[in-house]
Amino acid sequence: MTAQASTGGAPSKLRGPLATLRELFLRNLRQSGIFIAFVAIVALFAILTDGTLLSPGNITNIVLQFSYILVLAIGMVIVIIGGHIDLSVGSLAALAGAVSAVLVIKHGMPWWVGVLAAIAVGVLAGAWQGFWVAYVGIPAFITTLAGMLLFRGLTYSVLENISLSPFPKPYQNIGNGFVNGLLGGNGYDLFTLVIFGVAVLGYWFAQFRARRAAISYKQTVAPFGLFVVKLVVVGAVVMWFAWQLAHARGLPIVLIILGVLIIGYTLITTRTVFGRHVYAIGGNLTAATLSGVKVKWVNFRIMLNMGFLTGVAGVLFSARTNGAQPGAGNLFELDAIAASFIGGAAVTGGVGRVVGAMVGGLIMATLSNGMQLMGIGLPMQQVVKGVVLLLAVAFDVYNKRRAGAVR
Amino acid sequence: MANNILEMHGITKAFPGVTALSNVDLLVREGEIHAVVGENGAGKSTLMKVLSGVYPYGTYDGDIIFDGEHARFHSIKDSEHAGIAIIHQELALVPYLTVAENIFLGNERIGQLHLIDWNRANKEATALMEQVGLHENPTTPVSQLGVGKQQLIEIAKALSKDVKLLILDEPTAALNDSDSEHLLELLRMLQKRGITSIMISHKLNEIEEIAERTTILRDGKTIETIDMNDKDSTQDRIIRGMVGRDLKHRYPERIKHEIGEEKFRVENWTVHHPTQPGRIVVDNASFYVRAGEVVGIAGLMGAGRTELAMSIFGRSYGRNITGEVYKDGELISTRGVAECIAHGIAYVTEDRKRYGLNLIEDVRRNISAAGLLKLVTRGWVNRNEELKVAEDYRDSMNIKTPTVLQTTGNLSGGNQQKVVLSKWMYTDADVMILDEPTRGIDVGSKYEIYTIVNKLAAQGTAVIVISSELPELLGVCDRIYTLAFGRITGDVPVKEATPESLMRLMTLEPKRSSTKEPAQAGAGKGKS
Repeated sequence: MTAQASTGGAPSKLRGPLATLRELFLRNLRQSGIFIAFVAIVALFAILTDGTLLSPGNITNIVLQFSYILVLAIGMVIVIIGGHIDLSVGSLAALAGAVSAVLVIKHGMPWWVGVLAAIAVGVLAGAWQGFWVAYVGIPAFITTLAGMLLFRGLTYSVLENISLSPFPKPYQNIGNGFVNGLLGGNGYDLFTLVIFGVAVLGYWFAQFRARRAAISYKQTVAPFGLFVVKLVVVGAVVMWFAWQLAHARGLPIVLIILGVLIIGYTLITTRTVFGRHVYAIGGNLTAATLSGVKVKWVNFRIMLNMGFLTGVAGVLFSARTNGAQPGAGNLFELDAIAASFIGGAAVTGGVGRVVGAMVGGLIMATLSNGMQLMGIGLPMQQVVKGVVLLLAVAFDVYNKRRAGAVR
Repeated sequence: MANNILEMHGITKAFPGVTALSNVDLLVREGEIHAVVGENGAGKSTLMKVLSGVYPYGTYDGDIIFDGEHARFHSIKDSEHAGIAIIHQELALVPYLTVAENIFLGNERIGQLHLIDWNRANKEATALMEQVGLHENPTTPVSQLGVGKQQLIEIAKALSKDVKLLILDEPTAALNDSDSEHLLELLRMLQKRGITSIMISHKLNEIEEIAERTTILRDGKTIETIDMNDKDSTQDRIIRGMVGRDLKHRYPERIKHEIGEEKFRVENWTVHHPTQPGRIVVDNASFYVRAGEVVGIAGLMGAGRTELAMSIFGRSYGRNITGEVYKDGELISTRGVAECIAHGIAYVTEDRKRYGLNLIEDVRRNISAAGLLKLVTRGWVNRNEELKVAEDYRDSMNIKTPTVLQTTGNLSGGNQQKVVLSKWMYTDADVMILDEPTRGIDVGSKYEIYTIVNKLAAQGTAVIVISSELPELLGVCDRIYTLAFGRITGDVPVKEATPESLMRLMTLEPKRSSTKEPAQAGAGKGKS
């Protein structure tokens, strides 16, 4: 058996640190590009607004204002990786909020009944759409377009065409409240700093463990110096962010919810069988089917999960606006879809990351907020956001063409 | 000495990180049939892309002189205009358009008021089809024709553009023997009309039969151009040039081992066509494989080979499937793919790009795709272990890629096939169905794949190889079943089999005694 073709030759595993760095950067060009763009946009608006953008109060505002879009974007990016789309999330978020409002405001039930009911509405609607998409085989575009009309109609009839307001204080706090003063502090909230400090330590610990495991499996890792620099920079940015929050009103409750969801879904998409199957389906449906992926069941769960997160977003939005309106959530789906695509998800499916979608969402948020601070009107804001979305996807297409040429 | 219609001098083409072509020369004489051979990744396709303007002038170094003039093609349009037509491995026809619409796509026959003159288009299409020996209605949608005929339509399309140089990239890879023969005949006829052809092919018999001269590429360099009329221009010499070493045998020695007990048995398997009710694709097929045995399934295109395999593998094809599957003597259910994998059955698909791989994903995750559950502890995928598994397979299967984090679509065909094989070997299957495992890959990789098949068998795996290349089956199998029109017509030990005897069984038509319609042979079996 001397079939070893000696042409080519195995490339050496020993590379200089620079080559490694370059490789790591190029491999993640799609993601790195988005981070660089985000930093650039933040810097641009920080200068244009004389620093108002990064003031403690404004940062808190951005978090409160865009949390529900980010929650939706988590679900949306998974839907898009699987090769689908969901146009119904705006209507469904409105319906979830409306049901909650009817139970809590009209019928005087406790606030937590409203929360559970809203999430239940989301899950049920997700199961409904999952059934049509996965088991009947209706394209998600059509199914959710129908859902968009259906849920909007139900919202109007549940609310009997009028707005309901206000929610009791605990419910409002989900969207507007802060954890503040638990540990005291002088002019700043110590608790916020502690929570973020713990998070940073946890992140460092996880990174160290991953690095140790990678080394024990003889993988190429970034040089140690660079690794430490990365950890320090990330830690510093996060702690600076915490410092700003602590100086304003403390730790927003939505941020806690959002943080848990982001960490949870990052793990689900990268580390579980379900997550990997989503990527497989989006990348090549037939190959996935023939590799033993239960495509229908995975698709059903993708839509079910989107419904669940939409329910959560419905709670956040109704709590933030302190009520339910028949027309709420209009165009949320487009913001969530845009966030996913700006964050590097591929139009054809199979590619995308939760963190990417979050950065994509934050880019949209920074653009809106920055332009608001500068006094640029809504019409112009829309124009700019549209152009950014187009450019982001154009970058993706260009990237892919370049990758395709390397053969 | 005839004139050179094409001279490519010192062509060098580099991509970031790889030099695909370095200083390649290719001289093609007017009116000849010129073969270009080389292992996958040797640079044949890149060279043709440079020639046809896919890589525009300025993105490569070197000169192209076509028809006496310096050629500077900026796009395919430019090269087409100069009289170069390229016919790709993957056919570029629009399935739902008619034959005439496809032939004149981008080159429409315009009549009055700038509207398309359909009468003229259909008439000219018929004439062009006659030139390539095709007698079809020009208004037939292309999707209704077999692959062989579609290929001819591609050639007719090229003829419609007054082609001087026809480039065919693996034209017979997807064709059965009679269609291939017909295509080669057509090339000879075009040659008489003065059309020069460049043919990229892995089939050395064909090249010996048809080409006047052959240029051999290896690792992006021209090795030599040989005159096929010379006495010493043998297939062995070509192979030596391609792989850079002597390949004494096309098939590796079998590893001596005992053939064990019956491992896998299929009884009375009948499959109906998924959309055409009443059409039987697989008719009452029964076969078995023993542990450590390599069994071949030989059949012409349309005989139902892939349909048989796919219907067994989790009922991935067809409807109204009846019959039983036994594994280790026990009746098993094969309703879903996951269930089959759990039973230790693997199916390596025929079309690796469409059915076998996630091309936008990296090599590592393609290898783990089917056996992912093995990497899971408490619900989490062990990513480090996954990487290790992938690197182990890269080494043991000799997958040529700088890193397993490479996107699979960037690998050459032979290496992609090794990725698919790795994926299924990782599921620990002890019944492996390999569907055309060496289609479209080069001689060196083929040899490696055959070696892997031998190793699998020596480890006690029951291997089923589906192939349309009879020498391949005779080279690797212990026993060969013949499949004709959906029925198993023979079970021949390889010692008693000859290509002729197998071909006779493969063309055995069913008796018309039953009331059922006989299964259609499908693509390209007509008298085209």
